Amino acid sequence: MVTQTREAAVWDALAEVADPEIPTISVVELGVIGSVRFDGPRLTVELLPTFVGCPAIDVMQRDIAERLRGLADEVSVEISFAEPWTSERITPEGREKLRVSGFAPPVSIGATSASAYELDELAILPIATCPYCGSRNTSLENPFGPTLCRAIYHCADCRQPFEQFKAV
Amino acid sequence: MSRPHWTDANAASSNADGGHVARPDALDASGVVRRAALASDDAAAASTEVELDATTRAALAELLLSVADDEFVIGFWDSEWTGIAPMLEEDVAMSSISQDEIGHARALYELLAQLTDDDADRIAFGRPADDFRHATLMNHARTDWAFSIARRYLYETADATRLAALARSSYEPLSNLAAKMRREETYHLMHMDAWLRRLAAGAGHDRLAAALERAWPDAQAIFAPISGEGDLLAAGILPEPFSTLRRRWLDRVEPVLSELGFALGEPVAAPMDGRLQRTDEFRWLHGQFTMVSSSEIGASW
Repeated sequence: MVTQTREAAVWDALAEVADPEIPTISVVELGVIGSVRFDGPRLTVELLPTFVGCPAIDVMQRDIAERLRGLADEVSVEISFAEPWTSERITPEGREKLRVSGFAPPVSIGATSASAYELDELAILPIATCPYCGSRNTSLENPFGPTLCRAIYHCADCRQPFEQFKAV
Repeated sequence: MSRPHWTDANAASSNADGGHVARPDALDASGVVRRAALASDDAAAASTEVELDATTRAALAELLLSVADDEFVIGFWDSEWTGIAPMLEEDVAMSSISQDEIGHARALYELLAQLTDDDADRIAFGRPADDFRHATLMNHARTDWAFSIARRYLYETADATRLAALARSSYEPLSNLAAKMRREETYHLMHMDAWLRRLAAGAGHDRLAAALERAWPDAQAIFAPISGEGDLLAAGILPEPFSTLRRRWLDRVEPVLSELGFALGEPVAAPMDGRLQRTDEFRWLHGQFTMVSSSEIGASW
């Protein structure tokens, strides 16, 4: 089908757009692309912010529009909260890339498709796995890190502080 | 009869059929995201869209402004701790929390701007101090650490109660945003709960007691009635009256505060003008956060 080919080309292009804060992971692996759809000459990409106040959103919006220019006459990148981004949306490849870059991937808080549910306060503060040595002998130093989406941990075995992409 | 979904004509476009794709539970294998997204057009469910009448629209604007101003002003106050918090970890935490709040305010101002055909930056920075609608709790300067924690604890618990209700709003742009905000606010709430207990158990107890006593009456104002509340309730935009939400919040915080040894007494009802009073302390803050924008009206960078 012709439209599928067009959309597939868009997804391929999006796979080349890096997250502005952690450039080893793409916006597709991060799970922030909600949908891609063509309406005649108009291409609409739905972008789901990781955090509502994420200052990188404007940059992502611009990078995506720039990369997709040429794939449609008109490209629109729209912010949406219709399906809230959760850390469960990060793909397995994305998680592995985070780990290799020194970020503990977010702990899985259980698959959920509900758009509104309460985060279990106990479930979001477990011990993280050290991305450097794989130890579980780690402790949370600060649930708030250098960006909105990161928490700070310390590994008691390799004595390395590290960041975790927050479960949200 | 199912409740109609109130959808603003301007705000609806981005959400029209975007809510059915790439569910988190479909993310087990690579490529699932793409297939799910391709199937989304068929899965789009049509919601019943009803035009809002002028009165309800005005009341909705007032509701959005109230919540946004609360987040905006407390975000600005607590951002003042950047660099001078009691410890380095707390510098980072308060700054991050404040950044979250300002981000929430921005998203809410954007909703309001779509509803009223306005501009989010103008709403945030182009209003005189008297046009702000935050609860009187946010009129106070940040004062000391005890007061900031007392205010934050009371605010975060009240905000959690309010967001849980707004996540059930019939106005979809608001219920979607509230559901997302709740997940971030969970971290704030946990943090403030931990600080409250830490100060209560140590040498800070008496200072915290004084701060709580000072913040307590003004915290009630978070649930002050807003103009047009009846219309919002009738439309399901506000699922429950503020008086009910306040009772639920009190049932949550009173046992905790009492267990920690704070006797705050029976709170007076939320004052009718709890979102209309402004103080010199707030006027000073307003002068600070509008300083750049008022130096060159309409400039962008």
